Amino acid sequence: MAFPRPIATTRSATGIPTGRLAVWWVIASEIVIFGGVLGSYIMHRLGHPDWHYQSAHTNTAAGAFNTLVLLTSSLFAVLAHQAAQQKDGKKAARFLVFTVLGGLTFLIVKGFEWASEIQHGYTLTSNTFWSFYYTAAGLHGFHVLAGMVIMLFVAADARHNRELQRVENIGIYWHFVDVVWIFLFPLLYIAK
Amino acid sequence: MSDPAAQAPHGEGHHTNYVKIWGILVVLLVISVLGPFLGHPVVTLFTAFGIALVKAYLVGKHFMHLSLERKWIGYLVFTMLALMLVMVGGVAPDVLKHDGLGWENRAAKQSVEQGNAAGEAAEKAGHGAPGAAPAGEHH
Amino acid sequence: MSSATADAGHGHHDQGFIKKYLWSTDHKVIGFQYLFTGMFMALIGGFTVYVFRMQLAFPGMSVPGFGRVTAHDYNSLVTTHGSVMIFWVAMPVLIAALGNYLIPLMIGCDDMVFPRINRLSYQLFLVSSLVLITSFFVDGGAFGGAWTAYPPLSAKAAYNLTPHGAPLWLVAVALEFVAFLLGGINFITTVMNSRAPGMKMFDVPIVVWMIVIASIVFMASVGPLVAGAVMLLFDQTVGTGFFDPSRGGDPVLWQHLFWFFGHPEVYVVLLPAMGIVAEIITVFSRKKLFAYKTVLYTAIGTGVLSFFVWAHHQFVAGIDPRMANIFSVTTLLISIPVAEMVFVYIATLYGGSIRLTTPMLWALAFIGEFLIGGVTGIFLGASGSDIYFHDTYFVVAHFHYTFFPIAFIGSFAAITYWFPKMFGKMLNETWGKVHFWGTIIAFNFIFIPLFLTGARGDHRRIYDYTHFPDLMKAGMQEMRVLATLALVVLLAFQVVFLVNFFYSLVKGKKAEQNPWKANTLEWVAASPPPHGNFPELPTVYRGPYEYSHPEAKDDYWPQNQPPQTA
Repeated sequence: MAFPRPIATTRSATGIPTGRLAVWWVIASEIVIFGGVLGSYIMHRLGHPDWHYQSAHTNTAAGAFNTLVLLTSSLFAVLAHQAAQQKDGKKAARFLVFTVLGGLTFLIVKGFEWASEIQHGYTLTSNTFWSFYYTAAGLHGFHVLAGMVIMLFVAADARHNRELQRVENIGIYWHFVDVVWIFLFPLLYIAK
Repeated sequence: MSDPAAQAPHGEGHHTNYVKIWGILVVLLVISVLGPFLGHPVVTLFTAFGIALVKAYLVGKHFMHLSLERKWIGYLVFTMLALMLVMVGGVAPDVLKHDGLGWENRAAKQSVEQGNAAGEAAEKAGHGAPGAAPAGEHH
Repeated sequence: MSSATADAGHGHHDQGFIKKYLWSTDHKVIGFQYLFTGMFMALIGGFTVYVFRMQLAFPGMSVPGFGRVTAHDYNSLVTTHGSVMIFWVAMPVLIAALGNYLIPLMIGCDDMVFPRINRLSYQLFLVSSLVLITSFFVDGGAFGGAWTAYPPLSAKAAYNLTPHGAPLWLVAVALEFVAFLLGGINFITTVMNSRAPGMKMFDVPIVVWMIVIASIVFMASVGPLVAGAVMLLFDQTVGTGFFDPSRGGDPVLWQHLFWFFGHPEVYVVLLPAMGIVAEIITVFSRKKLFAYKTVLYTAIGTGVLSFFVWAHHQFVAGIDPRMANIFSVTTLLISIPVAEMVFVYIATLYGGSIRLTTPMLWALAFIGEFLIGGVTGIFLGASGSDIYFHDTYFVVAHFHYTFFPIAFIGSFAAITYWFPKMFGKMLNETWGKVHFWGTIIAFNFIFIPLFLTGARGDHRRIYDYTHFPDLMKAGMQEMRVLATLALVVLLAFQVVFLVNFFYSLVKGKKAEQNPWKANTLEWVAASPPPHGNFPELPTVYRGPYEYSHPEAKDDYWPQNQPPQTA
């Protein structure tokens, strides 16, 4: 890194390294963002028993497969962290790339799923259930995409054994995105 | 500075079997998918949302290493979740419910009725109705 | 805007202008960028209020500098005034500018922990300002759905008549939130991890605590509104029905999401202002802050309680009356910690050797004026009286008695107090006092008449009162004219400030390193501090408010002075 790091960044009065501390605060702020969407959705869903005619048309198989994909990618992320702790940057980078591939698979499945739903006439505006469906999953998908991009940068550094602490930080973020999906899955697919 | 990660004894010498945790998560996923086939709504509630909580707990504890992190990080996460409960608690009496003490949300009730009618009609017709209650589409 | 910092006489490095002032990662430069952008936006906010107040006082006149105000213009002007003053003036100046400038200096480190994220935060803020300014010039003009953006007015172009202004406004606000989230995470992490050796939790200056608590409250409350903004943007642009009851949505949901953020936001800007006042009154009464921990705990208490009061903005929005009862009680409760802070400040002043410098005058005025704002809030927090007062000028006067002290009196206190450190020059005291008295007297002449018209039922959001004979009863229009004339006087006195500011910046008396004889660490650095702040990073030995301590040889005892030299 050509950028000179200030002394401030290297201090750690809490005992938690600065980067990881910041990731936790990012997650704290993300919890309330997703909380706002999901809270609004849950309230509307409980108040609109007629929405089950709409939710009956979500593709449970695709949702379940995507859950599996994200869980597996989380496993790769944590294995990358383990490798980074053993100072094996190459191995960490390889696991990170697997994680990114998991994210890519997730987005591709999502793309086919949405394309099919839109073809059947279930669009963002056709019903407020579908508005929530696309908004919540879209916001989540945007986080998946952002995580993938950051992860590629981290992997590029890790390959040369640079900034290995970032492997853990991006991993924590990725697990958070995974946890959001763990709740989105029953909310959008299982609750028919 | 060399490596800030080395400053904290984080995960060092602690070998969680990550693959095993992943295995448990996958089994839980299968249960949550199979739950609705039992056809009992209370059972589905548990297999869907109860299991989601367990999965989130496992990911948080073992993958995000909350068990090794300083305690207050966990409290921070819980505080944020609690705030969302406060929000839903304050909003639900007006938004989730469609009537209350001296008021009634007729528009919402009407939209539920329309949605039900359109949904039933579509089921009779044997295919999904795109956009039950598509009031907005006629504008 | 940033070009003004070039005159600040920062020493001459061989960095280019762009690298040094526009692309800098130095926390002080980023603080200045926020400060000058905020000051520029304040001019927009001030101009808009001048135009629409002129229309209210003299309906149908051609306002000098603007022309005839149509009803459509009036909506855009009111909306712009509200959103600019809160999101683009109070937030950037009080939190972002002062937070960036003060935090690393006051906790004794060389920069923020993430300097490049800090730079990104300002750049996003700048983009958000530019998007907002762009929205003034698009077809249909700036957003006209009020700064609270209630649907359906905000959701349908057919209602607000600003088809392009509305989504641009929403995008600008959302970008601004992202900028402050990034900045806030930076502040919180910096203060948690990068304090000088020896600086314990209770050695952190109150203003730093306040900015951190405010950042946490902001972060925890803004999420649902970010979600709501996405939903509203979809309602505006692609035609979803999130807030349309006929399609299964609910407009009241927006009000809840907005105020779940909007009310904590009041405390987000109040707390830093309270912190600034704490710093100033201790220095200028040469006395230790009375009950440091009480201030801290009441600030935290205020932050926590602020999440339980939001629906008092919606007493007449059709919310369930049982919920209104609960929110009345919590709203009245929150006045307790705030009042406690005010009492603590008065106790700090008691028996001190008070020096009435310009910053001290502003700090004292803050306490007095904010008190009026707080006390009138009690009538609005109780749902019974609020039903009468709702949407009258009483509400307008009330929240201006809170927000004007916060955003302007607080900022003027901070700028006059830290100006010597920021720019290495002293402000002119005489002109500072002229500006102070002109502003304070004019301010009271604006809003006391509005309390009176409001109490007589004067409705807000009305473009031309001549159409409402009930509101044109004897004396009403005269009071509106009085308020408007006082506003023009107030705006005119800001010229005194700007001239004093920029003249002192260039030709002011050179400031010493510690002109106010204060204890906190920023006064240990040179005036203005060079890149890296301190020649040698300080170590802390005591709390920030040890004034007139018997063991110290002076009446102040800097935090970094080792005990044996005393």
